[in-house]
Amino acid sequence: MLKDRTAIVGIGQTRFAKTLDEPEKTLACRAVLAALDDAGIDPAEVDALASYTMEETDEVELAKSIGAGDITFFSRTGFGGGGSCATVAHLAMAVATGQASVGVAWRSRKRGSGVRPWTNTSVQLPTPAQWTRPFGLLRPADEIAMLARRYMHEYGATRDHLFNVALACRNRANQNPAAVMYDRPLTREMYMDARWISEPLCLYDNCLETDGALACVVVSAERARDCRQRAVYIHSAAQGLPAQHHGMVNYWNDDPLTGPAWTAARHLWKTADLGPQDVDTAQIYDAFTPLIPLSLEGYGFCGRGEGAAYTEGGALELGGRLPINTAGGGLSEGYVHGFNLINEGVRQLRGSSTSQVPDAATCLVTAGEGVPTSALLLRN
Amino acid sequence: MSVTGTPATGVPVTGTSVTEAVHAAGGMAGGLLLPWPDTDGEPFWQYALRGELRVQACADCGLRRFPPRPACPRCHSFADEWRPTSGRGRIWSFVVAHPPLLPAYAEQAPYPVAVVELDDDPTIRLVGTLTPSVRRPDAPWNAVPVSRLRIGAPVQAVYQILAPGVAVPRWALTTP
Ligand SMILES: [Zn+2]
Repeated sequence: MLKDRTAIVGIGQTRFAKTLDEPEKTLACRAVLAALDDAGIDPAEVDALASYTMEETDEVELAKSIGAGDITFFSRTGFGGGGSCATVAHLAMAVATGQASVGVAWRSRKRGSGVRPWTNTSVQLPTPAQWTRPFGLLRPADEIAMLARRYMHEYGATRDHLFNVALACRNRANQNPAAVMYDRPLTREMYMDARWISEPLCLYDNCLETDGALACVVVSAERARDCRQRAVYIHSAAQGLPAQHHGMVNYWNDDPLTGPAWTAARHLWKTADLGPQDVDTAQIYDAFTPLIPLSLEGYGFCGRGEGAAYTEGGALELGGRLPINTAGGGLSEGYVHGFNLINEGVRQLRGSSTSQVPDAATCLVTAGEGVPTSALLLRN
Repeated sequence: MSVTGTPATGVPVTGTSVTEAVHAAGGMAGGLLLPWPDTDGEPFWQYALRGELRVQACADCGLRRFPPRPACPRCHSFADEWRPTSGRGRIWSFVVAHPPLLPAYAEQAPYPVAVVELDDDPTIRLVGTLTPSVRRPDAPWNAVPVSRLRIGAPVQAVYQILAPGVAVPRWALTTP
């Protein structure tokens, strides 16, 4: 079992912006070195690396630039934002099983100034794109909007529920000077009048397009006690690829609205001493607002079909039942494939968030729902 | 070609593959993306070119599966057959796409796209654009007013030729 045998002891990040001048590789190096400095660990001690398959700075480039030592473990996780928590989970497993001692996970992405992946017409991945793209279902927003309308139809969810999600994230961003939307408040009127992207989703149901990089450092619990920062323990971790799942176009099984969150959650809670009722704050992957109600259900904060109603009455705000995305999330802090949710989870358990949940002792961090996913349960 | 054995009904598909036709067209037609078949999907597109909506089924245990794939997830047989369907279904969900989109798509936006569940087997669902009538397979993508769309609305497959040797099913609204 992984239970509390490893810890996150360093976090680092660059600035987030629509456009940063430096290339992705430079941003990656800056974030990794900042995380190691935060931990008080010499880069020469790094012997494990983990990132996303979509990461374009590879292990060779990163290791030689930061002055890493001999690397004995390296892994990549697929499916875009579904891999965020898995990077940390893989490092935790590597450290817990003695394959390595100092692991670094990172993500660097120039999505704000770079191209949007869906505009690439030459990468017509035959499966499953042949069943969707020729019919004008081009973008991730379209694919998720399809599930969102069905969800709204089956369970009576409304645009106001989606607004509750967008607003909670924006309110937290308005407290976080590092957030792209720090000085941009959101009102219900702005939300309801916003232009559509893919009905039923409007502009504010979609995450930001951001340039930025983040990293964190994983070591054993023993080593963590000697580090500069308060240790944040990896209590449990899980990945999830459900039977007969089809990615974001999950239209072809008995129950398309039961996504990977359900699979990851079962394993996460099975290997934990805690349950959903013990979680003080959650950093839930929010590329699109409907992923929040779907994830709230999957991770067991409420029953099937109750995720939208759960957002009512300020439940997701500071002081609510479950404060989420306390740095602003992908919707309002920055969209870096969910890695910023990991770093914010660490800050909450160090007590250093700009929207601190009083005495936060446990934090759930999730990766992309609607794709093969992963999750971490952190504690201090 | 993955068509092995004899389909339960009709004749096996033969001839120039849709994949070759798509390659010949450069994968695009008038700025729109053509289906880029893989080996497993090729028969679907060949039947579509004939105006038939067929789905892959296990030749041993009979389980229908979509999207097509090499083996049966239930009995693990690699033998398959392509079963005809009625081409009738109901809208399971739909979106209305607005810009930013690729230029040829933006020209038709906002346009609806539906996921349709087949009457023959509701867990087989197909994505498609909509047309107001079975007599108008070539109607613009935005020809159906969004106000006419609702989940559960009955539809019928029609076929539009997008490029030489390449046809796609679309969904025509029908009266219940
Ligand atoms: Zn079978």
